[in-house]
Formats: sequence, structure tokens, C-alpha cells
Amino acid sequence: MSSRNAILASLRAAQRTPATLPDVPMFDAGLPPALDRFKQTLAQMGGIWAEMPADGDIDALIRARYPDAKVICSAVPEAAGTRRIEDVRDPHELNDVDVGIVRPRFAVAETGSIWLSEAQYQVNALGYLSQHLVALLDPADIVGNLHHAYHRCEFFAANYAVLMSGPSATADIEGVLIRGAQGIRSLTVIPLARGGG
Amino acid sequence: MKRVDHVKASREFIADAKHIEFHDKRLWTLRTLRDQAAHGIEEWEELRSLASGIKEHTLTHLAGYLEEFERNATKNGVIVHWAKDAEEHNRIVHEILEGHRAKTLVKSKSMLTEECEMREYLEARGITVVESDLGERIQQLDHERPAHVVVPAVHKLASDVSRVFSKTLGTDPDNSDVHYLAQAQRNATRPLILNAEAGMTGCNFAVAQTGGITVCTNEGNADLSANVPSLHIASIGIEKLIPKLEHLGVFIRLLSRSALGAPITQYTSHFRGPRKGGEMHFVLVDNGRSARLAMDDFWYSLKCIRCGACMNTCPVYRRSSGLSYGGVYSGPIGAIINPTFDLKKYSALPFASTMNGSCTNVCPVKINIHEQIYKWRQIVAEQHELPFIKKEAMKVAGEVLAKPKLYRVAIKAADTAVAKLPRAFIYNPFNAWGKQREVPDAPEQAFRDWYLKNRKSK
Repeated sequence: MSSRNAILASLRAAQRTPATLPDVPMFDAGLPPALDRFKQTLAQMGGIWAEMPADGDIDALIRARYPDAKVICSAVPEAAGTRRIEDVRDPHELNDVDVGIVRPRFAVAETGSIWLSEAQYQVNALGYLSQHLVALLDPADIVGNLHHAYHRCEFFAANYAVLMSGPSATADIEGVLIRGAQGIRSLTVIPLARGGG
Repeated sequence: MKRVDHVKASREFIADAKHIEFHDKRLWTLRTLRDQAAHGIEEWEELRSLASGIKEHTLTHLAGYLEEFERNATKNGVIVHWAKDAEEHNRIVHEILEGHRAKTLVKSKSMLTEECEMREYLEARGITVVESDLGERIQQLDHERPAHVVVPAVHKLASDVSRVFSKTLGTDPDNSDVHYLAQAQRNATRPLILNAEAGMTGCNFAVAQTGGITVCTNEGNADLSANVPSLHIASIGIEKLIPKLEHLGVFIRLLSRSALGAPITQYTSHFRGPRKGGEMHFVLVDNGRSARLAMDDFWYSLKCIRCGACMNTCPVYRRSSGLSYGGVYSGPIGAIINPTFDLKKYSALPFASTMNGSCTNVCPVKINIHEQIYKWRQIVAEQHELPFIKKEAMKVAGEVLAKPKLYRVAIKAADTAVAKLPRAFIYNPFNAWGKQREVPDAPEQAFRDWYLKNRKSK
């Protein structure tokens, strides 16, 4: 017998009394205003909230925030960057990226998370090999809690999807918090409506 | 297989005051943060019941859900393998790597691959395995098992890490600055990730409905491991199944809050199919799980989501450290899981507990951990695996407890002894109860004396 069939047979042979599957409520009565809550939890997770500059120039904003950045790789139409993600063939080419720019499909207020998949990244490693990440988020795209997030249909179309909540972090040595353990050192979220405003 | 002597193994750790003090405090901090996070959610207890219910349902229908998972994963372009034990798991992984001529495997933390001792297996066959989680990397470089399921190097101080890194990564042996050490590891690991031909992750949850898996990390190292090399292998314990995507809402809300008191892990990643031009393999592993499902008293432990809350709250774990448990899993959950693999070897672990029940109370999936610990004690005693001293002490205790008069005399004598004896007598090396703690003052009056005086006469 194949291992597959042997495993399935022994699981069936265990004959546990079937338990019923409970219904999961949405737990969304009385949720706080989504935008306020998102900003709060994003900060708790170590993310940075930055307001849009009055002139709407995102490239200038990024140059001002990261004056030493040489390679700025953009996956959004709103910012030019110095490199377009469309020109990247292989994830390894992203090793020298100082700042990546993305637009999450939606965000979660409860956990300060942004949702990204291969549709937004185009090359997934942009979110991990870059030293810093900037996300343009439409405040209208924030859902209240994780139950709402896990009812989104986008999950069913994505081969890869992440709920990213702040920068790469660790407290593995003596409980001291380090931001930039392996992946990005900082995550900045900028509010900007979809479709160029 | 040699029997693990938990008490003896913890002695070395306990001997160093600095280590045990930090360890105890750090884990208690995590427990406190867990409480704050839990209290911030009105429906916390309801979520625990739901999580327990969903897991119980899934485990009682596991074969069907595994078939559904396999069907959907295959449809998504994933190659699904089944391994009945650790050896088969390791062989499958090795074959996949060989097929790609992969020499370096970069991986995120997985208790299952620890269980399978996969690193040793692959390294013996010429494959370099790189752990990308900082804590796990420290343990790998120090040739130690993870001491905790979430924070693998929690038993080490920065000076210990400095010693390990100076020998292996060439850092300054006199520099124990945590930022310096973490940066050194980042710099050393990055080229290894870029040069790896294959990436590997474990799996926190496998969703039957989508055929996808969810992996939770704080470093984003699973995302690096899976998104840079074109080959991704995921090792999945068959008990990780949940029926639907919407159920993740319950488990993700509970997991990191229970583990570290954070609302979520920094990265909650969902892998459903290969990248364009890439390849993805899922290895579904039994390794004793189906046998455990058939154990009437112990199948409940399969609900475990590896948050480590039971370890953080356990007074014995906090004062003995994970390594003293001598197995892949430590703390209360280790005390009930390890004996299912090898009762003789791990027969001491169910006794590493005060039976205070705190583990059960913090468990996000409501595993009756302390009751299972008690059950294991019964089995160990029945199978005559109790050490001689414990057996003799229990005989004496049984005699004393069965005879009220004798008991009263003993208690009186003990109370007087604690009050009158010099410190050196109580806190001597032969009295285990005087170690790492102050023996509380005996009450001035025993309950029985109080009762006789105040109630019996009326």
C-alpha cells in the first residue's frame, strides 16, 4: 500500500466520534473607525504612517525620506522610482534595491496589516529583498478585522499572498527588539486613493 | 533509547543564576503580554472555543480533509507527497533536491523538520542547510535543539550568542551588543539566501478548501526562503489541516496573541501555488500522528498550534529551560507529545509539572494539557517506568496520607521544622523544595487545630 493510502486508512481506522463544525461569526459589532485603528496598530507593529505631501509628489517624498537611496524600485504607476518592476526578470535582481514601492490590495485595521500578492508585487521578493518598503494605501480599502480579511475573494486567485504588518522584526536575542532582522528594515504606509486621486 | 533525566539535565541551567533569572523573567513577560492582548478582545473565550471546535471537527474528519487539500493543491500546480514517517519525509526532500541539483537549502523554522532530524540527514548527503530564523540559526550554529517553539534561543544571553557568532560568523568576541549581533547574522545569511537553489518552509495551517498553506513569521524569513529560490518545499504535519479559509480568521487572531501578545505575526504568508517558472512541493507527514489520533486520552494534543503559551506560563519550564526536556518539544506540550513517540525515553517528562493547570487555561485551542500530564503519569506508573526514589517516596506518602493520625504528626513536625531549623538545613543541596525558592512560613495554626478550637466545641 502507498504511504498515502496507509495514512488515510489509519486515520479512518482511528474512528473518532465526528464533531460538528461550528459557525464563525464576523465579530464586527462596534468595531472602532477603521482608519484610526489601522494607524494605531500599524504603529504598534513598528510600521510608519506618513501623510501625502501637499504637491502629491511621491518620488520627492521618498527621496527626502531616504536621501542615501540609490535604487528605488516602483511597482505602482503613481511613482516613477529609478527602476520599474516590469523590467525585473528574476528575484535576484532585487538584491540592490534600497526602497520598494507597492500598492496593497487592502488592509486590516485590527492588526495593522497590508495585503499583497503576486498581482501587486509582480516579483514577490520586492517585499523582502528591499531594504525599505513604501506602501500606497487607499483608506477606503481598510477592512475592520481578520474575519473580514479572510472573506476576501482575492485569496482564491493568489498563488502567494501576505498580510504584512510592519517591518521584519525579531526579539530572539535577550528579548531586544530588532527591526530589519532579515527582510525590510522599515515599512511606511502613505494614504493615497486609487486611480490617481 | 536512553531515558531523559529532566531533573539532572536542568541542573546545569539552574546552576547559573544570571541565566535562570533572565529566562524566568523573559518568559513571564511574554505570558503577561499574552494576558494583555487576550483581555483586549471581548470575544477571546469564544474564539478559544471556536478554535478548539474547528480543530476537533477537522481531526474527526481528517482523512476527508486531507484528500480535499491534496485535490486542490494538485489543481493549483503543487506536487503533493505523503510520508508515513521521518525517514520517508527526509528521503522525499532529498530526492526533490537531487532532482534539481540543489546544494543549498535555505529554510524557515519548522518543528516538524526538527522532529524528522532532517538537517542532519541532508547534511550527511552533502547539502548545506541554512536556518534563516535568527533564533533557530543561533541554535543551528551552536549544535543545539530549539529550546522553545517560538523563541528557540530564549535560554541564551547575548554573551552566549556573541560566543557562538564569534566562532562561526567571525564577529568580535568582546561585543555582545544585540543590534551588532543581529546585523552580523543578517549580513552573513543574505548571500546564502541569494545563492540557495531551494527554499523550504514549515506550515502553521493548511486549508483544505484552497489547497494552500499559511506560514507565520516575524522576520519575513519564510517569504525570503520561498520567494527568492525558484524551488519551494513545504513540510506539513497532517494535523495542520483546517477546513476553510475563513477559519484562519479565528486561528490567526489567537496565535501571535497567545505566543507573544502581538495582534498578529509581522508576516502571515499564504502559499497556494508555484511562482511563474517555479516549482512547489508539499510533503504531508504522519510520523506518529495517525497513531496518536487513535489514543483515546491523547488525541486532543493534535489540536496544538505551537504558540508556546503553555511553556511561557509553566513554572517548571521557566526554571529548567527547554533543553532539559531532551526532546523536540518541551514544556507542558512536550510533556504530553514526546511520550507518544517514545514512552520509555520520555517517561520523566510528565513529572516535570506542578499540576497547577495554567497551561490548560492559556491554551488557545483548549487542550486539557494538565489532565493529559496526569494520565501519562498513571501510564508511566502502570508500566513500571517510575524511578526507584519516586516510587519509594510515593509509597511513604501513600502510607502517611492514608492514616490521618500519622499525617497530623508529620505536618506538625514539618511546620515546626520550617520555623525552627537553621536556614542551612532547609536550603541545603539535598532538599529540592528549597532550591530557587523560599519555603513559605508555616501558618501559626493548622486548619484542624483551628476547627477543633472554633467549631467542634460549638
